[in-house]
Order: sequence, then C-alpha cells, then structure tokens
Amino acid sequence: MSTVTSSTEPSAVPSVGGGLSGLSRGRSVTNSIMTVVVYAAFLLALVPLAWILWTVLSRGYGLLMDQNWWLTSQRGITPRRVGGGAYHAILGTLVQAAVCALIAVPIAVFTAIYLVEYGRGKLARAVSFMVDILTGIPSIVAALFIYAVWVTTFGFQRVGFAVSLALVMLMIPVVVRSTEEMLKLVPNELREASYALGVPKWKTIARIVIPTALSGIITGVLLGLARVMGETAPLLILGPYSASINTSLVDGPMAALPTMIKDNFGQALQPATDRLWASALTLILLVLLLNGAGRVVARFSAVR
Amino acid sequence: MAQRIDVKDLNVYYGSFKAVEDVSMSIEPRTVTAFIGPSGCGKSTFLRTLNRMHEVIAGGRVEGTVALNGRDLYSKDIDPVAVRRTVGMVFQRPNPFPTMSIFDNVAAGLRLNGVKTKAVLAEAVERSLKGANLWNEVKDRLDKPGAGLSGGQQQRLCIARAIAVEPQVLLMDEPCSALDPISTLAIEDLIDEIKQQYTIVIVTHNMQQAARVSDRTAFFNLAATGKPGRLIEMGDTAKIFSNPTEKATEDYISGRFG
Repeated sequence: MSTVTSSTEPSAVPSVGGGLSGLSRGRSVTNSIMTVVVYAAFLLALVPLAWILWTVLSRGYGLLMDQNWWLTSQRGITPRRVGGGAYHAILGTLVQAAVCALIAVPIAVFTAIYLVEYGRGKLARAVSFMVDILTGIPSIVAALFIYAVWVTTFGFQRVGFAVSLALVMLMIPVVVRSTEEMLKLVPNELREASYALGVPKWKTIARIVIPTALSGIITGVLLGLARVMGETAPLLILGPYSASINTSLVDGPMAALPTMIKDNFGQALQPATDRLWASALTLILLVLLLNGAGRVVARFSAVR
Repeated sequence: MAQRIDVKDLNVYYGSFKAVEDVSMSIEPRTVTAFIGPSGCGKSTFLRTLNRMHEVIAGGRVEGTVALNGRDLYSKDIDPVAVRRTVGMVFQRPNPFPTMSIFDNVAAGLRLNGVKTKAVLAEAVERSLKGANLWNEVKDRLDKPGAGLSGGQQQRLCIARAIAVEPQVLLMDEPCSALDPISTLAIEDLIDEIKQQYTIVIVTHNMQQAARVSDRTAFFNLAATGKPGRLIEMGDTAKIFSNPTEKATEDYISGRFG
C-alpha cells in the first residue's frame, strides 16, 4: 500500500484495493440516467393518483361543505332536485363494514394463530391453501355464493346483513395473511422465554405473542376494512339501494356509498352528478380515515 | 430449595435424528456445573432436556430418565409446564418481553401463573432484581420498557425474571456469549452469588469462563458430524482443566482439538 499511495498519478484501470482514482465518466453518466429513469417512473405512477384526487376533490367538495350532506338522506329527492345528503349511505357502509369486521376478525385471527402456532402437517397445509384460494375469489363470486345460500336456499331477503356476509368472505383472507405475517415476526425467543417460566402455550400466545404483534394485527384489520368498504359487487347482488335511512341489517334495503354513486350515475342532470362526485369523495375520505387510523395505531402501539 | 438432578441413560432425538446418546450424570445442588464442548456436540440440546424445553421443537423426544430429587421429569403424570416452573432457564440472547416494562418483565412469570396481589408482586420484583444485581441501576425506572436497557442489563433482567418464580434449578444456555467482557464479569459474579440458593447448570463456549465459575465440568464431544453427541468426561473443574482422564478432553481444553 505505501508504495502505491506515494504515486500521485491516478491509475487508468482502478485496481481492487489499489490506488484511489476519481469517479469514472461511464459510471457518473449511468448514475445520472438511472436517477432520471427512477424519478420519471415515480412521477408517472403519481399522475393518475393526483388526477383522480384532484377530479374528485374539485367536483365533490362543494356538497361536503354543507352540513346537510352529513345529516340527511336522499328521501324524496329526485335527480332533478338539489339537496339531501349521504347520511343513509354513510351509515349503511359503516354498519355493514362493522358487522363484517365483527364476524371476520375473530375467524381470521384465530385461523392465523392456528397456522402460525399450532398448524403442522396436512391440515395446516390445506387451511393455508384454502386461504390462498379465498384470496383469489372475485368479489362478485363471493356475492353470488352468499346469494345462493341466503336468498335461494334459506329464502331470506336481500338485506344489509347478506352484504356483510359477502364482505366477510373477502375480508377473512386479507386479515389471515396480515395477521400471520405479524405473528411470524414475533421472535421465537419470546415464546421460549415464556415457556421457560412455566407458562402454558395458550397463555403464552394470549399474553405474550398477541400483545407483541397487536399493532400489526390492528393495522392489518383496518387496512382490510378499508378494502372491503369500497367493494361494490356484493352490494349490486345483495344490497339494493334505498334513498331513505335504514338502520336495520335484516329488514329492507339499505343504502351504501358505492350504490349511491351508482344510483346517481348516468342521470345527466347536474344535481345528481354533483351528488355522484360528492359521494365518491366521501367514500375516499372514509377509506383514507381508516388507513390513517391504521397508521396511527401502528405508530403508537408499536413495540419499542 | 436447590435440588439435585440425576440423569440416567439419556438419548435425545429430534424426529429420527439422534442428537445426544447415552448420557448419565449427577448434578449436585448448590453447585455450578458447566457443559463444554465443540459446536453441535449436543450440550445445549442436553441442557434443554433438563426442563423439557426441547419438546417445544417439533419432533423432540427422549429415552431414559431425568430425575429431580428422585422424581422422574418424564414420567407420564408429570406436566411439562410444571417442570419448567421448577427448572428455570436463561437464554443465549437476552430476550425481555418487548411490550412490558422492567417491573412487568420480572413479574411476568408470577402474573402469568396467576399471582395478582400487588404487594406480593412488588416484593418479588425487588427481591429478584436485587438477586440479579440490577436493583440499584433500575429502581428509579421500573415502569420504563425492559428492551431499553443495555445488553448486559437485559440479560440480568432475564435472570431476575427467571429467579422471580423461585425455581429449584437454573439452566443457562451460553448466557454471556452476546455480552461484552464487563457485562460478562457482572453475570459471572452473579452466578457465584446465587449458587448459594440454586442448582446452576451453564453451557459455555468460553473455557476460561467454565474454569472461573463452575465447580464441576462436563465435556461433551461427537465422533463425527451427523453422529450423536456423547458425554466424554465429567469431574471437578480443577481436575478437568489440570489433569483430565480422557485424551479428547485434554486436546479440547489445550486447543489441540481437530
């Protein structure tokens, strides 16, 4: 080394571990090109997002400023008339999503616990495979399945609860997979430390493993919820639109934001078009709110 | 409080793989017994059979008997969970529960086993932290997360957590291998103190450590890779390190191994 460092001439061919030389021209050119490509790709991906947000925001925000939007329904409002609100649809979407979560989260979390903590051999592989299949089921197929069970077989009406059931089928695989990942991230050393204290396995899972993974599990649930809230196919098959407020999941048609959007679509009348954009913006806001909540939960309950 | 362990004709398997073969030994109460030997010789595996922790890994099972004060840990009417309450363990890497404060970490074993009385928990936490030489360093921040301590403090926290449930025997699986020399010294001093009350078994790769802390030493070896590990020789530490009976022990200790 000492003999090399004494020479001031930078060597033309940089040798490994040899003398120092400036950044070669070829490499600095490649670096610039790749930087431009990466930024261009990023901006390109941003274009549709910004476009959608701008369109929905600029056309929809007017109605959202009016407090009636949040407090009244569309009862008795024709496409020609200005006025009314989205309360009935917001309520329907939230109630259906909440009931869906109430059913889907325990099933999904316990499935994930089984797969990570207990599952061995054939049964576990079969369950995991089924979850994969469930992930790939198009939402309209899930909706048709629930229709076949709920309406055709049992003879019930097309009501909010049937929509929730279809959403359950879509939410379960998402939550199973995210919970599974979170449980796998819990180091085995923690389980062993707990066992070594004479703590039974189920208590180890309930008091050590789940709390350690909790923030991730909650984030996964909220993201899964945000995803099913925008699902439209189950509503088209199972949840006919109603312009009135309906708080019952088991009696009569119940509105939801996606079906409200569809109801106002193709009316070619300004009041209806305004309502379409406003309800689209409302749906986006709800989903964003859930996403944000997921992030806040992750930040504040994260394991230090 | 401390109890003796008698192992007789023990074979340890993982599935069909025989990891340890034909080990018989006696571990005396209120002593420190060190297990030394090359990597893969089965000393850690054997250590884990002393509180049935090897069963946590799928396919782990044993033949033979491990008796704690004359009671076979592997007889059918014994609950492995109860065994682990009696025979505690400290692991290679410090593993405090990340969701819990320092206090909760030490209290975890008692709480999870149903102790709810605040005064009892507070008393046990203070006693265990003092026992683990950590009390003075953490007494003002018991509600801070245990994971915020330094590596050496975390390991002493884990020792406090292990002794809080008042086990009869304390197993230590290379407890200092992730620590710097000063923390190692602190742990070794601690081992020296608590051996008055516990039977301690320690696995170590550090021969000087075995010589420093242990009263008796067991040397494990394996004939070749893929062959089961065996107990080669066991005796008073002074004798093993100065005048071992077996040639293999002498070679390993003097560094002429392999």
